[in-house]
Amino acid sequence: MTVSLLSVMFSAVISNNIVLSQYQGICPFLGVSKKMSSAAGMGFAVICVMAISSVFCWLVYNYLLVPLGIDYLYTMAFILVIASLVQLLEMALKRFSPTLYSALGVYLPLITTNCAILGTANSAVVFSGQGASFVYVFCVSVATGIGFLFAICLLAGVRLKTDKADIPQCMKGFPITLLAAAIMALAFAGFSGILAG
Amino acid sequence: MDRRKMRETVLGGLIRNNPTFVLVLGTCPTIAMTTSLFQAFAMGLATTFVLIFSNLFVSLLRNLIPDKVRIPCYIVIISTFVIIVQMVMRRFLPDLYSTMQAFIALIVVNCIILARAESYASCNPPLYSMLDGISMGIGFTAALCLIGIVREFFAGGSFAGMQIPGFPAMSGVGASAFGFIVFGCLMALFNFIVEKIEARKRSMRRASLPLASRAESLEEVQQ
Repeated sequence: MTVSLLSVMFSAVISNNIVLSQYQGICPFLGVSKKMSSAAGMGFAVICVMAISSVFCWLVYNYLLVPLGIDYLYTMAFILVIASLVQLLEMALKRFSPTLYSALGVYLPLITTNCAILGTANSAVVFSGQGASFVYVFCVSVATGIGFLFAICLLAGVRLKTDKADIPQCMKGFPITLLAAAIMALAFAGFSGILAG
Repeated sequence: MDRRKMRETVLGGLIRNNPTFVLVLGTCPTIAMTTSLFQAFAMGLATTFVLIFSNLFVSLLRNLIPDKVRIPCYIVIISTFVIIVQMVMRRFLPDLYSTMQAFIALIVVNCIILARAESYASCNPPLYSMLDGISMGIGFTAALCLIGIVREFFAGGSFAGMQIPGFPAMSGVGASAFGFIVFGCLMALFNFIVEKIEARKRSMRRASLPLASRAESLEEVQQ
């Protein structure tokens, strides 16, 4: 159990990275990676929200939706859980930890529309079958968040260099960033052999 | 009916405000769901349906929704239509649904839909909002299909599922990284063409200036 959980977590961080091999959360990955500090802020905010929201979605799905027989409404239920959680987290941080609140700043409300959060909640709670345990959901969502942080910080580092490079005007901005992301995705895909072997 | 506003709304979504190449919104399905033309088209249609109806309903309810809780209200409207799409697809296209399941559910958080609800439908009448939804949806679908065609051609040597003779499939091109590359190159091409058109417009304006002044001076001579 612990070994398989560890390998699942490792693959969620590296070889099965949420951004680079599952294509979720690409909007913030491209949009907020201009500066290293903002990329790190976004990454940590995503880890927190992802872990808490997956756990709440697991509770809502297994103790509310399934007993009532309305599990087909999971999309609406999960997005409401995430939106209200982000709102609550924002209020709580503002009240109890103003420094962290100002560090995360505008990135917190943006998280509501980060598809990595809803995607992780969906895949960990619903698509993995009824047997997904509480511990499994928590560990996988934390690992997925770490994978997001890892990818966005690496891309921010690459963009520091590509912004200064002398490239054709039409390649500046998003196109060159997408090409850099492609090379990163190739590198991350190379890790998938570790788990198979 | 204001003709000019209508034309601006319709053309905006296709080129000037193309959601994929200019606004760079909704990038996740753009990369994940474009391995073949058919899949890209289905994803585009599903998003267009949700976009049109969420725009319509947000616009109809725009005076009733209180400002403070508008985002949760929009999300409820959007997710209602996403659930309808899910149910219809599961019933009538079960094979396609099983491969697209994850990203159909994620239409809820597609930034295009929320962005149009917030920036267009919440302050425009229903008819224009629907038009905006249609044009944005077509712009998104067209961009997805374009990427789908290029990826399918390189990965499988085929067009819309039909094998093109003489083009073998390339292994490895279907891998994850290729989506980023095709999207990046097409975006660069789009920027390049838009740049060229604008440069030509500017030079034509400059060239037409002396001609016009020449014509004026001719008229003066004739008088």
